[in-house]
Amino acid sequence: MSGDDRRDGGKPETANEEKLWMGSGESPGTAGAEASGSASGEAPGTAGAEASGTSSAEASGTVSGEAPGTAGAEASGTVSGEASGTVEAPAAPADGTKAQPSVRRPETDEEKAARRKAALEAREAAKAAAAQGAARPAAAPGAAGGAASAAGEAAAPKPPSPNQPLLDRVVQLLRELAGEDAVEEASINEPNDHLPTLVVKAERWPACAKLLRSHPELNLNYLRNVAGVDQETHMEVVYHLLSLDSGRNYAVKVRTDRDRPQVPSVTPIWPTANWNEREIYDLLGIDFPGHPDLRRIMMPDDWVGHPLRKDYVPLDPEV
Amino acid sequence: MIRTEELLLNVGPQHPSTHGVFRIIVKLDGEIITEATPVMGYLHRGTEKLAEQLNFTQIIPYTDRMDYVSAMTNNYVLVHAVEKLMGIEVPERAEFLRLIVMELQRVASHLVWWGTYLLDIGALSPFLYAFNDRERILQLFNELCGARLTYNYMRVGGVKWDAPEGWIDKVKEFVRSMHGKLAEYDKLASGNEILLSRLKGVGAYDAETAIAYGLSGANLRSAGVKWDLRKNEPYSLYDRFEFDVPVGTNGDCYDRYLIRLEEIRQSLRILEQALEQFPAGGETMGKVPRVIRPPAGEIYVRIESPRGEIGCYLVSKGKAEPYRLKFRRPSFVNLQILPKLLVGESMTNLVTILGGIDIVLGEVDC
Repeated sequence: MSGDDRRDGGKPETANEEKLWMGSGESPGTAGAEASGSASGEAPGTAGAEASGTSSAEASGTVSGEAPGTAGAEASGTVSGEASGTVEAPAAPADGTKAQPSVRRPETDEEKAARRKAALEAREAAKAAAAQGAARPAAAPGAAGGAASAAGEAAAPKPPSPNQPLLDRVVQLLRELAGEDAVEEASINEPNDHLPTLVVKAERWPACAKLLRSHPELNLNYLRNVAGVDQETHMEVVYHLLSLDSGRNYAVKVRTDRDRPQVPSVTPIWPTANWNEREIYDLLGIDFPGHPDLRRIMMPDDWVGHPLRKDYVPLDPEV
Repeated sequence: MIRTEELLLNVGPQHPSTHGVFRIIVKLDGEIITEATPVMGYLHRGTEKLAEQLNFTQIIPYTDRMDYVSAMTNNYVLVHAVEKLMGIEVPERAEFLRLIVMELQRVASHLVWWGTYLLDIGALSPFLYAFNDRERILQLFNELCGARLTYNYMRVGGVKWDAPEGWIDKVKEFVRSMHGKLAEYDKLASGNEILLSRLKGVGAYDAETAIAYGLSGANLRSAGVKWDLRKNEPYSLYDRFEFDVPVGTNGDCYDRYLIRLEEIRQSLRILEQALEQFPAGGETMGKVPRVIRPPAGEIYVRIESPRGEIGCYLVSKGKAEPYRLKFRRPSFVNLQILPKLLVGESMTNLVTILGGIDIVLGEVDC
């Protein structure tokens, strides 16, 4: 439903609609509700549509405002095939200001105007909150540009994670043996079982990978997963590593430029990276120099573009 | 000396023994394979891309369609990732139900494998036996959630449907009778001379190779690596139950065969204990906010699916939709070793080796 709706709006003919296709990254804070707005667009859900941030969706809000308005939660609940009113009605309005009584009744002009004003204020507040959020230590650097990643270094005064010694040790090893500048960032991912997470410089990555694989203290012989992420400011390849002997887990990230993304291949070190890297190349367009056979793996060979990129626009909108 | 000319043979994409739409371009020297190039993507639906525009409840049905022989475990890996990132507590009754359906699913999935694998190598009747018993599991699922294959059963915070009246007793009855069936299976096929000569020593690899290729599940354990996520990195309630992890020694197709059959027995053992301890009452949904919006952050969770380690890497930016959702699909990763195993084998062993890996193409292509 949401997908269909997006496709309708996503024909890249007008600039506004193209923005809609490009996704929710544009307007922090409100974008969550934005998608629910487009999801509920089929049913006359004004509350959801109101929440969207782009101007094109604003217009659709006005259009559907004429129809009797139901609360966003209920409308999208119907769309997703759930019985409406159940706990997991997936997309409720973003915050209290937008919650409307779910009684169906025609709205007066004043009410509509008041609600629009309230939504506008909520958007402003969310924007301000997002701007503040960039200043405090964020778990996901790059969300608000470089500021967040710099702030991430300043750790909050919390009891140290049980895996902190592991992290310190691996950072020390990599800095000693692979170069002083090898590790750009190091943190503990707390919700993920205190997973030690490193950000490694792309040029140093082959040396670091060899160390991680074969250093007797680490012996990370099992590459669980390789994932590529388009962070919009840069590209990121995330490796989840495991030592089957000690049972220890690490995550390593390598960042690369978005225009000419390149990360040295680790297929010679972990053969399992082979198809994973091909998949990332196929879907995100990241080049892996040193890969023995870098071809598309999922999409047809003559496909244009890399679908998982956030700015991907299909060559043929009919597809 | 007789020389043969090199022959290029195209296997698939529509070929029953590829278990879906999968193509292998094989170079043959006589009967011996000199090179094999897998071609896939025929079933690629862009699940990961679609997920970026959907909220988490809407993504669950898409996970059903990845590994459609084991939809329950796929459901679980997604909801588990979201729950862990959000710190949502799942009520015990719901977690028990999840564990029970996941283990039933493992039995069902291994039965499909057993039946079709023997069909691949020429034994027709085991297929009928296996699908007969699998059908009983599907009926149990149908009673529970109204679907036979794509269940859409789990939710962030619990499960959609509570067990209907008498359902637990029916599962108990199934588990009881299944033990006898397994003995029958063994008698029917496991010691068969033809089966032994087709499987023993075929497609063998050592532990080091298995680890390097990132194999998981029975493929990894057949080489003697005792690694089962239910034991080594317990999730759900698996640390409460007693069960063994069968491992092989030769890393060949026969070891994988025996391991999967033994895993059915171990699943039945887990089921017996879980059904015994099943809480009499309680909620099936935890406290979940109306809009599921995980905090900004990222998480990688993994569980033991019938095919190996299925993982979900979720990057959230605090929105109702995931910023990036990547599934680590065991079939996709396990399949990588195929070209290596095929070189030097005879053409007749292609199907044996491919079937032994146990792939589901919906998951390979995602």
